[in-house]
Amino acid sequence: MIKIKIVVCVKQVPGTTEIKIDPDTNTLIREGVENIINPFDCYAVEEAVRIKERFEGESVEAVAITMGPPQSVEILKEAISVGVDNAVLLSDRAFAGADTWATAATLARAINKIEDCRLIILGKQTLDGDTGQVGPELAQKMNIPFIGYVSSILEIDKNKMKVKRLMEDRYETFEVNLPAAISVVKDINVPRVPSLRGKMKAKNAEIPVWDAQKLEADENEVGLSGSYTQVVKIFTPQIKHETIKIEGTTGEQVEHLYKVLKELNVI
Amino acid sequence: MEIKVDEKTCTGCSLCKKVCLYDAIEIVNGIAVINENCVFCGACIEVCKFNSIEITGLAEEKKDFSDYSGVCVYLEASGSIITDVGFELISEGRKLADRLGVELSAVAVGSSIKESAVEAFRYGLDKLYLVESPVFSNNLDDIFSKALVQILTRHKPEIFLAGATWFGRTLIPKVAAIMKTGLTADCTGLDIDSERKILLQTRPTFGGNILATIITRNARPQMATVRPHVMEKKIITGNISDYEGKIEYIKIDDSKFKTKYKLLGVDKELDGKINITDYDVIVSGGRGLGGSEKFLILKELADLLGGVVGASRAAVDSGWISYPHQVGQTGKTVNPKIYIACGISGAIQHLAGMQTSDIIIAINKDPGAPIFKAANYGIEGDLFEIIPMLIKKVKNGKPLV
Repeated sequence: MIKIKIVVCVKQVPGTTEIKIDPDTNTLIREGVENIINPFDCYAVEEAVRIKERFEGESVEAVAITMGPPQSVEILKEAISVGVDNAVLLSDRAFAGADTWATAATLARAINKIEDCRLIILGKQTLDGDTGQVGPELAQKMNIPFIGYVSSILEIDKNKMKVKRLMEDRYETFEVNLPAAISVVKDINVPRVPSLRGKMKAKNAEIPVWDAQKLEADENEVGLSGSYTQVVKIFTPQIKHETIKIEGTTGEQVEHLYKVLKELNVI
Repeated sequence: MEIKVDEKTCTGCSLCKKVCLYDAIEIVNGIAVINENCVFCGACIEVCKFNSIEITGLAEEKKDFSDYSGVCVYLEASGSIITDVGFELISEGRKLADRLGVELSAVAVGSSIKESAVEAFRYGLDKLYLVESPVFSNNLDDIFSKALVQILTRHKPEIFLAGATWFGRTLIPKVAAIMKTGLTADCTGLDIDSERKILLQTRPTFGGNILATIITRNARPQMATVRPHVMEKKIITGNISDYEGKIEYIKIDDSKFKTKYKLLGVDKELDGKINITDYDVIVSGGRGLGGSEKFLILKELADLLGGVVGASRAAVDSGWISYPHQVGQTGKTVNPKIYIACGISGAIQHLAGMQTSDIIIAINKDPGAPIFKAANYGIEGDLFEIIPMLIKKVKNGKPLV
């Protein structure tokens, strides 16, 4: 029996809902921000598990992979708790500060070490970086097709799949040969909550840590040194406007709003 | 490469610890200590009042990029029509090219796109590379990336800009990966560092909570995608009749452009207005709408204003409207001229998708709704009274055509 693997890429991010801006210093207040699995990756993890279930009885293994500091192991355990079989943590000080290219290059090295990988699934973007670039860069680096914004996997077998993806104004249906990489949108599934058995499995899981040496990566190819881009300044956006309250009776409010829209030349 | 704290100047004020989003700084014995969680984002360096933190050991760029010159823009087509973001980038590219004193070129790839692509000359384009073939009738990123790479390799622009459309966000990273250069996604501001003659690329991160300025330090071209509607398109010449001499027709061998994708079908929704990023006016509904039929009144207003209907995640998750209408972090990022938020409380994930709109009008019953803080105009009231009354007013107020 052919064994196949599905690799799902995940990232640990600070949960942004908690981020506030200190009005005096105009800086971010991080206090109380918890690290979470990138919410978009939950759909990727769930889809990997669902594909595994589609191949019921056959040898399909789902592997979660992340690059990050040692504490990122937590999100890999989270992935195992909902049905992923195995996980790999890519962690090394040398990996820090990677831009999307250096991240994609490091992930590609690691995934190339995972034999029989037929499908790579990613979330559409991360909550912190928001770029959505790692998926297509990774696929290009590995020289495999990439389909972004997948909202449904219509058919899949060991050699090819048929997927529907969402674009701004339309859905497109593609058939593509495997191996391939996809990014998924929220519409694709509703992620499950971990079972008690899943949680136990996650707790006991031994997760290997791969460093730069294991990946045979030169220090200049990973992390900030291996990045083409560099952040030179970080600042908080200035909130420029005051809010004008439109008050009065409903009739007066509507009159006022009408005037505003008229001034804006939409009516 | 490492990040260091100067123990002599660090006062342990903990400002850096406060701004670190990665929990990577602790204050130990009155000195900031940076641990392994650090991702070298530089937020602490920026905030430190004593210049005590620096990143060292990063190889200085010594490469010679003198053979790269000019600003080049990708004109994305939808069918045979160039989409607006392409023209917006021509206007922006014109400014950058003038700052650098270089040529502004554009590349258009598609089938029967010439008539629309030459419009770019109105916005100040100097030279157009036109790649036309029936093999490009559908936007397929593998063959498009190949065509773009051919042009970039041959003409070596120092800056290459493209729209951060969903196609662009898939295609351009592939181009960057093949070119082995940096790419900054979703820029909202571009500028030239006049001393170093390099592109400063500013983009929102953390759902728009912070802005980061990024440079491409050791490779060319410097590549960036820019969100639609962020830059303003500005016609600078009405007469474009003499463009023929400014077009270079790129001949390609069709047999070398074989896609790996089999496009089986394209469906548009019955209501064609789902490309919400394309409209100047968005009338958006949230949990306060209460049901799918209620979106009809928003649609009526949107139609009157020449706009489109958007929605918050709560409305989409309740099944009242389809996902392509969703604005926010898990949906689309929009930049309309006017965003009217009806019955939307304004969770930070929603704000992330619309806070760069020019004018935000919020209508909500709850005076404490966070949407009011983001809004230019706030109306506390019942949207089911206000919107129908407004519709009536707009209809009556309209001059008869």
